[in-house]
Amino acid sequence: MSNQHGYNGNSNGTQTGTETVKRGLAQMLKGGVIMDVVNAEQAKIAEEAGAVAVMALERVPADIRAQGGVARMSDPELILEIMDAVTIPVMAKVRIGHFVEAQILEAIGIDYIDESEVLTPADEDYHINKHAFKVPFVCGCRNLGEALRRIGEGAAMIRTKGEAGTGDVVEAVRHARAVLGEIRRLQNMPAEELMTYAKNIGAPYHLVQEVAATGKLPVVNFAAGGIATPADAALMMQLGVDGVFVGSGIFKSGDPARRARAIVEATTHYNDPAILAEVSKGLGEPMVGINVSTMSDSERIAHRGW
Amino acid sequence: MKVGVLALQGDFLEHEKMLNAVGAEAVEVRLPEHLNGLEALIIPGGESTTIGKLASKYRLVEPLREFATQKPVWGTCAGMIFLAKDIGREQPLLGLMDIKVNRNAFGRQINSFEADLDIQGIEGGPFHAVFIRAPLVTQVDANAGVEVLARLDDGGIVAVRQGHLLATAFHPELTSDTRLHEYFLKLATLSVR
Repeated sequence: MSNQHGYNGNSNGTQTGTETVKRGLAQMLKGGVIMDVVNAEQAKIAEEAGAVAVMALERVPADIRAQGGVARMSDPELILEIMDAVTIPVMAKVRIGHFVEAQILEAIGIDYIDESEVLTPADEDYHINKHAFKVPFVCGCRNLGEALRRIGEGAAMIRTKGEAGTGDVVEAVRHARAVLGEIRRLQNMPAEELMTYAKNIGAPYHLVQEVAATGKLPVVNFAAGGIATPADAALMMQLGVDGVFVGSGIFKSGDPARRARAIVEATTHYNDPAILAEVSKGLGEPMVGINVSTMSDSERIAHRGW
Repeated sequence: MKVGVLALQGDFLEHEKMLNAVGAEAVEVRLPEHLNGLEALIIPGGESTTIGKLASKYRLVEPLREFATQKPVWGTCAGMIFLAKDIGREQPLLGLMDIKVNRNAFGRQINSFEADLDIQGIEGGPFHAVFIRAPLVTQVDANAGVEVLARLDDGGIVAVRQGHLLATAFHPELTSDTRLHEYFLKLATLSVR
């Protein structure tokens, strides 16, 4: 990508692509809303509403669900159009295990890669070795073990999976409570129990030790998958996540710009019920949801990932 | 000493931890009334467009300008952008420092970097600085009292001070080096009348 300052990267002992800068961008997104967009026009609406980043994709999860078929990385041309349209960071999705899709996104200068269960997995055993990339990755999780496996592979940011494209927040709540509850239990565990715990949840021992000592994940943790209202966003923030992804919830609703602004404001003022009441007024039709409890296992996508 | 951290969006918690580490009490600021009783304010890293829009919507722009006429304010990255008079594009700004700033001056995330800086007024060797999609100061008004505190080896300006206002393009809050937070608290102590 263009280097407007003409900075050659060799002065001041400069290093790029370090763990610190990869995790650091996620730190800058905290307290913010990352919105799914399918074209440059939606990206501008999202930026104008106060999104901290956009996720560029061809179809939002609700449409991927409705249309079926194989869901793949989006056309790089579309992603580049979206990157040109806004000044905020742009993310895009690759299939689980599809490291060549990730190489392509790195080559076009994407800011963050989501190795996402929303797309059809390319590998049913292995995720991408994310340490091999200078671009940071975000990955989904349903519990602490899955979060720490992804961080072990090099993820610089984590999001709970929820159940994308449903507008039903119940799975996002389940996954956030699972991760945050397991961290709370871990903090009270004596040192001799940590190895067996690491074995049982399938997580790297050194990361289990780190979480036990610090009481938090070593990377930023957002909520995703089913957030459709300002109240949903504030609920996830009060549960203890660092920010929210909103996928289908904005551009599948009646008044996307207004709903987007309201969700941004609710994420900042998540602890102020008077403001939450104000921003929740008159938002028009929310996205038509799918009640997750009525879905069959084969319709659910959160179980993708190993 | 009570120091506010603008908590609309971004890495405000990291600044709060640094302030606590150097013995100050950190207070989150989301609404104008939260500025009452504070002796200084930090504007954290984050997305400057998001922070600006939320500050406008919740009527913080004028109270922040008023606060900054008397009390020290420090902006890191997005905070530097928010403090600048001119960034060459339309977005809400406080416009308090006579500097011109270029957003995302080094390119995209892949160009984010770490580097060692010599900072004027900071003793004890180079400061390890983390730049994330960072801005760069492209012009300073020396006549208005803007001092350059740090440059990259190629001359790019990354830390400036104008009286009791401070701006850095990088993120000391992402390191464990508290020297700039201590420097800022000293500014705050000096400006107490």
